[in-house]
Amino acid sequence: MELDAALLSRVQFAFTVSFHIIFPSITIGLATLIAIWEGLWLKTANPVYLQLAKFWIKPFAITFGMGVVSGIVLSYEFGTNFSEFSRITGAVLGPLMAYEVLTAFFLEAGFLGIMLFGWQRVGPKLHFFATLVVAIGTWISAFWIIAANSWMQTPAGHIIVDGVFQVDNWWQVIFNPSMPYRFSHMLLAAFITACFVVLATSAWQLLHTQHKSMARKGVSMTLWLALLLTPLQAFVGDLHGLNVKEHQPVKLAAMEGIWAERETGVPLLLFAIPDKTAEKNHFEIGIPKLASLILTHDIDGELAGLKAVPADERPNVALVFFSFRIMVGIGLLMILVALIGAWLRWRGTLYKSRWFLTVCSYLAPTGVIAVLAGWYVVEIGRQPWLVYGLVRTMDVVSPLPAERVLFSLTLFVATYSLLFGVYLYFMRKLIRKGPRRWLICTNSSLVSKLQATQSP
Amino acid sequence: MELQFGLPLFYFLLLGFAILMYVLLDGFDLGIGILYPWFNTDAEHDHLMRSISHVWDGNETWLVFGGVILFGAFPLAYSSIASLFYLPIMLMLIGLIFRGVAFEYRFKSTTSKQWWNRAFAIGSSLAAFCQGLMLGVLVQGTDNNTLMMSSLQWLSPFSVFTGIAVMAGYALLACTYLTMKSRGAIQQKAARYGQRLLLFVMLAMLLVSLWTLWAQPEIRQRWFGGSYALGLFLLPLSAILTARLLFRDLGRVQRQFAAEADINARHESRPFWLAASLFLLAFTGLVVGLFPYLLPRHLTFYQAAAPDNSLSFMLPGIIIFVPLILAYTLWGYHIFRGKIEDYEEGY
Ligand code: HDD
Ligand code: HEM
Ligand code: HEM
Repeated sequence: MELDAALLSRVQFAFTVSFHIIFPSITIGLATLIAIWEGLWLKTANPVYLQLAKFWIKPFAITFGMGVVSGIVLSYEFGTNFSEFSRITGAVLGPLMAYEVLTAFFLEAGFLGIMLFGWQRVGPKLHFFATLVVAIGTWISAFWIIAANSWMQTPAGHIIVDGVFQVDNWWQVIFNPSMPYRFSHMLLAAFITACFVVLATSAWQLLHTQHKSMARKGVSMTLWLALLLTPLQAFVGDLHGLNVKEHQPVKLAAMEGIWAERETGVPLLLFAIPDKTAEKNHFEIGIPKLASLILTHDIDGELAGLKAVPADERPNVALVFFSFRIMVGIGLLMILVALIGAWLRWRGTLYKSRWFLTVCSYLAPTGVIAVLAGWYVVEIGRQPWLVYGLVRTMDVVSPLPAERVLFSLTLFVATYSLLFGVYLYFMRKLIRKGPRRWLICTNSSLVSKLQATQSP
Repeated sequence: MELQFGLPLFYFLLLGFAILMYVLLDGFDLGIGILYPWFNTDAEHDHLMRSISHVWDGNETWLVFGGVILFGAFPLAYSSIASLFYLPIMLMLIGLIFRGVAFEYRFKSTTSKQWWNRAFAIGSSLAAFCQGLMLGVLVQGTDNNTLMMSSLQWLSPFSVFTGIAVMAGYALLACTYLTMKSRGAIQQKAARYGQRLLLFVMLAMLLVSLWTLWAQPEIRQRWFGGSYALGLFLLPLSAILTARLLFRDLGRVQRQFAAEADINARHESRPFWLAASLFLLAFTGLVVGLFPYLLPRHLTFYQAAAPDNSLSFMLPGIIIFVPLILAYTLWGYHIFRGKIEDYEEGY
């Protein structure tokens, strides 16, 4: 078989960006949680918050490190593998990413050193400030990169001169039609992901270790947050879907598995196997008319299907279809868990329900899986376009020799597989080790330092 | 330069500034990795790692900054340079990945420590070497052949030589950093290696300069032809004087240690600034030769520049944030001032 450099470049980009997003979706939420804990500790002087912050800072540090090294790869991959794309969109995407570096990456990196190593060098308030800045840095970073990605989904505010994109209106480029939805959905996704990582760990600690007070606090806080955030996420996701319907009807048809050119009273498919050659689904199981109801607010509402566009303008339907169901499925599962948690809390048996805590302790990876599935819906659903409706992915790949891309792809697969194993190993090790002992006794030096600052 | 070059010229200089910051800052921390095999005990390795574990991330961010400035301000240059240097960039990134994660994992490992030591040393060396390779191609100039992405012209005896020279240069910076940040035996070792590396780096600079003057008429013309040629010769002259002072300082640190005298604080920290000045001078010399090209003899900065609209959009961000970044970076270094031995345990 002839090796295809373009295809290899796409596989490499998809692989490296998928690997990268695993880490930000944890660090964004975890940095925020750690900042909250530190803030609460400063306010209440309750050592359990300090314990949580200090315990989670280590898993945070290794996750952040993985995020940094895998992110640097991406910022160069645009040029190495998609040279034509960088040339024609550089004037639009480059400045957005420049702002990301200026306003986010330097900020995160500059204060991370103090957050990780500065406990003894700065006072507790300044330390809290550093942590807060790191957390805010991660949100800003998400803002800019999502703006860039959303512009590729729903381009706006640009003009095309000699085949090169130029900006007409920066406001429209940044706040393009899908940006507000994607940004809020992604930030919520990151908070939820971190919540479930902490929830799973705390549930496990409650079941199997002696660190009860810390674990209880962890379970309790994350369940409250989940109760608030997961329904909100479903709501935002619904709005997001309506936005997709308006701007990317083909993607929506792939998400819902609609083939007919136009269809009224569309069922909500729970399961089906889309078949792109026969242009129909097999083994459909659905709820009649529900998709129409959700997406048009009318049970006989009309939706466009895949056959409305030629076959070469359709994405890989099966991948989009299943990814979407995985994400929404996990979302519903999370809402259910949050509700059960609330009910058990109301009954006063939350910390004694071993079955519930056991279930929770297995949920650590669900957030990350939903995030990946969500991105696959967004990105694969956009194909064959790279900039929706304007630039085809296959037209803008670097004309590299295929062996060279195969070489680098192999290198990345080997490196990342190894590192992912290492990452899981160390996460497990840190979690098993638990918080440091000196922190458990209440009159640690830090607590006295804090009390000294609070009683002048 | 006509006025219409104003904005592109600004970005050309900014790019130069970003690269210089990167080379100086990540230079010393990659250099620590390059020196790593020359230190043997676990305690020494701990010390080396600890000396930079709080700053490496910020230092590396300058590389990302350089990349996105190239992307946003000179898209044409970014797309051709990045795909031209496909393999060296990929290998550099792999090197940076391994050394970057080594910081996190080494301190938390017991059985696998040796592997993280290797990952750190080899990763740092590989990244520095690849940067040197690319520098070599820029100095050497590119012919039309090179512009084809299938070409392997970046691999030549000359670029391999510059690759090694850059490794030595980074290691020199690291030696002077250690002289400033350490005490006792490690400081001695650093000062001693620093002297040797300095001799090698000066020799390499001389060879590269002579070769360039011999092989590249345009550059020869620029150095010997123009009316400002005399001024330019201040560069090599200052480089020689700086190197002499640096060599002496490093020698003093060793002698004072041998005599069990207190080491003069000035002699401890001045080498770092002298080494940095040496890099600054060499870099200026390089830019003098390359100006106004981004890709020598093919692409000038004004040909590659993005439309004014994009350049002016980034301008406020740069004017506000670059000084702010410099300020809090300095503050960060200030918080961790003093000797590494005095650092308390991390997080
Ligand atoms: C929603 C969030 C998000 C998304 C979609 C991406 N990233 Fe990211 N990235 C982050 C959120 C983030 C972060 C939270 O800011 C990270 C993760 C951990 C970290 O160190 O910072 C980061 C790190 C990070 C770094 C290292 C920064 C440093 O040196 O400190 C680079 C260069 C990139 N990313 C580049 C990219 C590119 C080119 C992406 C798209 C193709 C991308 N990221 C997607
Ligand atoms: C971080 C979460 C992201 C994930 C998991 C992700 C995933 C993917 C996947 C799976 C593809 C391959 C689609 C295909 O070829 O069928 C892809 C393509 C692409 N994405 Fe993303 N993406 C993410 C974010 C982004 C962002 C933020 C940008 C840009 C700012 C971006 C730019 C691209 C580009 C340029 C391609 C085309 C290359 C290709 O087709 O492989 N992506 N992405
Ligand atoms: C429960 C109901 C949910 C609905 C209705 C929903 C809806 C959507 C829709 C329609 C998209 C695609 C937008 C596009 O193609 O442009 C999307 C993307 C995405 N979803 Fe969800 N989602 C839900 C739950 C979740 C959960 C629980 C997570 C993660 C914890 C998640 C993470 C993501 C991510 C990361 C993306 C891609 C980035 C973005 O568009 O923000 N979603 N979601």
